[in-house]
Amino acid sequence: MVNENPIIEGFIEAIELIVTLDPQVVEITIRSLYVSLTATFFAALIALPLGALIYFYEFRGKHAVVSTLQTLYALPTVIVGLLMFLLLSNIGPFGFLRLLYTPGGMIVTQTILIIPLLMGLTVSALSGIDRDKRYTITALGASRLQTIMTIIAEARFAVMAGVLLGFGRAIAEVGTVMIVGGNIRGATRVLTTAIALNTSMANYSLSIALGIILLAVALGVNITLSLVQRR
Amino acid sequence: MMAIIEAHDITKFYGNLRVLHDVDLSVGKGEILALIGPSGSGKSTLLRVLDLIEPANGGEISVFGIDVVQERGRWLDLRRRMGMLFQRPIVFNASVYDNVAMGLRYRGASGEDIERKVKEALEAVGLSRYIKSKATDLSGGEQQRVALSRVLVTDPEILFLDEPTANLDPTSTATIERIVTGLNREAGMTVLISTHDLSQGQRLAHRIAVMIDGTIAQTGPSREVFREPKDRRIARFVGAENIIPARVVSRSNGFTIVEAHGRQMLSATPPPAEEVEMVARGEDISLHRREPEHEEAENRFPATVTRIEPTAPFVNVTVHCGCDLVALVTARRAEALGLREGMEVWVSLQAKAVHLIRR
Repeated sequence: MVNENPIIEGFIEAIELIVTLDPQVVEITIRSLYVSLTATFFAALIALPLGALIYFYEFRGKHAVVSTLQTLYALPTVIVGLLMFLLLSNIGPFGFLRLLYTPGGMIVTQTILIIPLLMGLTVSALSGIDRDKRYTITALGASRLQTIMTIIAEARFAVMAGVLLGFGRAIAEVGTVMIVGGNIRGATRVLTTAIALNTSMANYSLSIALGIILLAVALGVNITLSLVQRR
Repeated sequence: MMAIIEAHDITKFYGNLRVLHDVDLSVGKGEILALIGPSGSGKSTLLRVLDLIEPANGGEISVFGIDVVQERGRWLDLRRRMGMLFQRPIVFNASVYDNVAMGLRYRGASGEDIERKVKEALEAVGLSRYIKSKATDLSGGEQQRVALSRVLVTDPEILFLDEPTANLDPTSTATIERIVTGLNREAGMTVLISTHDLSQGQRLAHRIAVMIDGTIAQTGPSREVFREPKDRRIARFVGAENIIPARVVSRSNGFTIVEAHGRQMLSATPPPAEEVEMVARGEDISLHRREPEHEEAENRFPATVTRIEPTAPFVNVTVHCGCDLVALVTARRAEALGLREGMEVWVSLQAKAVHLIRR
């Protein structure tokens, strides 16, 4: 029986590409994970302390800061991509860093993209520690610093869930990596940009293979997330 | 008795909401004081203010003889000499051991010290077998016992209990009450307990303070608060079934004669005003089939049963004798009397049990 349906055909070929560990597929997948994991790591390094600072210190305009962060969750990735392109390009102030069209530039961009999300989720994770718990900590004789440490420790699973969500957003987005990375084969091509390109080139099997991998990563993030949230 | 807590004229606002006003309270060293009052009367807020968890907006407070309004810098040290258990069982997402160790770690206790004390404390509340379990996996009653041992390992000199058994099963309640009274007796721990359970207040406390609408309306031994409430709100809250408007007629032989709906009654209370209210507790009113002859009660009169309402283990019997009176009789007594609606009975009531308040 001859199967002429390009979708089914593409699907079967895609499975083959994955099972045989096609070098191109492996390379793109590893780069994708490298870029987004590194970005998530740096974003967490910056956003978690900043989020804690916002939560623990009372200052004027605190409410406005938190609302702004929440608005930035939904920031269109192409806008961030455009902004970072302008900043990193030769005409921009950071052109000398030569980060445009490099994985380094993609990491910086994704870091900036998810920082508001991680900060906002850190603030809400810490706010999730209810008033009675805070009273209990105070009543047990905690100093200011001990109080902060206890609240952070208590919110650790909610904070981790926020970090995972940030990683999920980073690995699944296409706007910034396309603009800042340039989708250069063997250099800056990641799962999402490769899918976009190969689909437009009617190279369905590779797209489907990469799509399955991206879905698997997303699923993995979600499973970890629900495990963390059950704690 | 030396006062360990002295509060005068305390006010507390949350935004525009006045939660506490004109609160005066003195607690003696080694005393158990029960703060009773309806929900929302400010009991929890007062406990938090006295435990230095949050500052009052006005007034004077001294704890351990130290003026805490002046000495804000000493709050942490003072707080570490006190402890508080909250209404809702609070445990942290960690093992039972780590939960109980929290207060000791904050105080910088040594590792072996912590281990010994935590084990002892869990032993005392009967939770040794859960030492390694996750605290959040325990039942509500067990969590509250974890919370109690977490407070007790720090050897507080003053223990605040904010409705500690409101959501608990009778066994956990009994355990907590036993531990608290034991520590008070043996270690002389001062205890402030807020509760809306009147019987718990009576059972545990040396003295009762009634809190109504953000202030302390009356303090005294439980007998006094229950039998001689100062005003109508207190009488209502302490569960007096009969609060009847009356007028003072005369005074003779140490008794006050009052009249309510044509029925005269003797009261042992000196008249507080011309227009008064008679307060009588249902359990102080006795019912009889015929006129009691060897009864010591000063008030004896016939009445008609108008309503019988079982509220196990008692029966609420309403009788009409000019005014309506509610008597609380045991189910067995009600059966022996053969009570039924419309029946003629005799009522007896001691003059001491008829308390008069200003109307």
